[in-house]
Amino acid sequence: MTRLTTPLSSDIIGKLEAGEQVRLSGVIFTARDAAHKKLVETYRAGGKLPVDLEGQIIYYVGPCPPKPGKVIGSAGPTTSGRMDPYTPLLIRQLGLKGMIGKGNRSPEVVEAIKEKGAVYFLALGGAGALLAQRIKKAEIVAYEELGPEAIYRLEVEDFPLIVGIDSRGQNAYLMGKARYSK
Amino acid sequence: MRNIRVRDIINAVERLCVEACTTLHGDWWEAVEEAISREESPLGKDILKLLQENARLAASTGEAICQDTGMAVVFVELGQEVHIEGGSLYDAINEGIRRGYVKGYLRKSVVNDPLIRRNTGDNTPAVIHVDIVPGSNLRITVAPKGGGSENCSGLKMLRPADGREGVIRYVLEVVEAAGANPCPPITVGVGLGGNFEMAAILAKKALLRPLGQRHPEAHIAELETEILERINSTGIGPQGLGGRITALDVHIETYPTHITSLPVAVNIQCHATRHAEAFL
Repeated sequence: MTRLTTPLSSDIIGKLEAGEQVRLSGVIFTARDAAHKKLVETYRAGGKLPVDLEGQIIYYVGPCPPKPGKVIGSAGPTTSGRMDPYTPLLIRQLGLKGMIGKGNRSPEVVEAIKEKGAVYFLALGGAGALLAQRIKKAEIVAYEELGPEAIYRLEVEDFPLIVGIDSRGQNAYLMGKARYSK
Repeated sequence: MRNIRVRDIINAVERLCVEACTTLHGDWWEAVEEAISREESPLGKDILKLLQENARLAASTGEAICQDTGMAVVFVELGQEVHIEGGSLYDAINEGIRRGYVKGYLRKSVVNDPLIRRNTGDNTPAVIHVDIVPGSNLRITVAPKGGGSENCSGLKMLRPADGREGVIRYVLEVVEAAGANPCPPITVGVGLGGNFEMAAILAKKALLRPLGQRHPEAHIAELETEILERINSTGIGPQGLGGRITALDVHIETYPTHITSLPVAVNIQCHATRHAEAFL
């Protein structure tokens, strides 16, 4: 099992293969629909972004609120495809290096991944209780008014992931389905 | 006439929200156990086992199975001899949802308007379906429905000439387009017949039937089995990463329809068939 620590260098990302299981430790940021819309609108208007995404990883998640004494509530991935209209800009202009979510991406996103040597990881959809246990710290860094859609800074430990689309554009979904299709 | 107080309805709905989001029924455990034994992909098997582990963890800690605790869909069977005392049935249900989601630390996923999109902050309003039935009881089912799987659903007004094969083709088309997005293994609810809106409600109701249970009519039961086999031949597999188990089950509900029509609605449910019921 490959163990990865953030930030991920281009060298390390280049070695990852679609379908490979990895464990990720370090800092990642959350953002989903509403946060993506705000980030892109702010960038296009020439405003200052609340987080520097250069070399960073975004986890598409809107967690449940934490129970007393807990770091975070249930926290599994949401469908990544909804972020596709914004993602190429984040990769090309803002330097985003990695994404964590579930489900397939658009051809435009795959192109941007290949061009910039980024990577798309998959987390286990619908396993929010399990994944929350690997999140050791969570703080809101922007857009608190968006509730579950705020941007959080998370510290994760051995977060279980599968390489979904690697930096060469190979796709774990297409490979897996082809193997078992009758 | 039997009186049922709104306070009792509020309390029941509050409890059902938390129960549905944290515990799965016995039929789910049996269906996933069987799926593990039939799955050919080693990764697929591992994924199914992790989903079991996640569900065990949720039940023991009270953490939500999935962070998307859904828009609450509430089915009510209201006995025609019941009198609701102390307020409105709909207000009582929404108050129960509000308390369940706030006190239960469940995620609030409802926005006030489809275009303005401001979070209502308490997961209200619910989507409420009321059927008036004989008797003096009140049955409430809370079925939290996540957006990821709901968004993969579809409805088509087929021609009668499209027939059985047309129905199968359309269900498979929806499932193929959904791919990995709805967190397979999915459960597929199909509403067949009625009209436009009836087909959609039947598809949703079909998801409440216990996994592994077939439709009482033989020709519909056979259709369920055939569609399930064809879905499980697509290769989509657990989480869409390839394998034999794309769906845990297919449930079809039917209604008489117009001479010109063959409506078919397909409601996709993620791996976690969440619902909880109470009788008052």
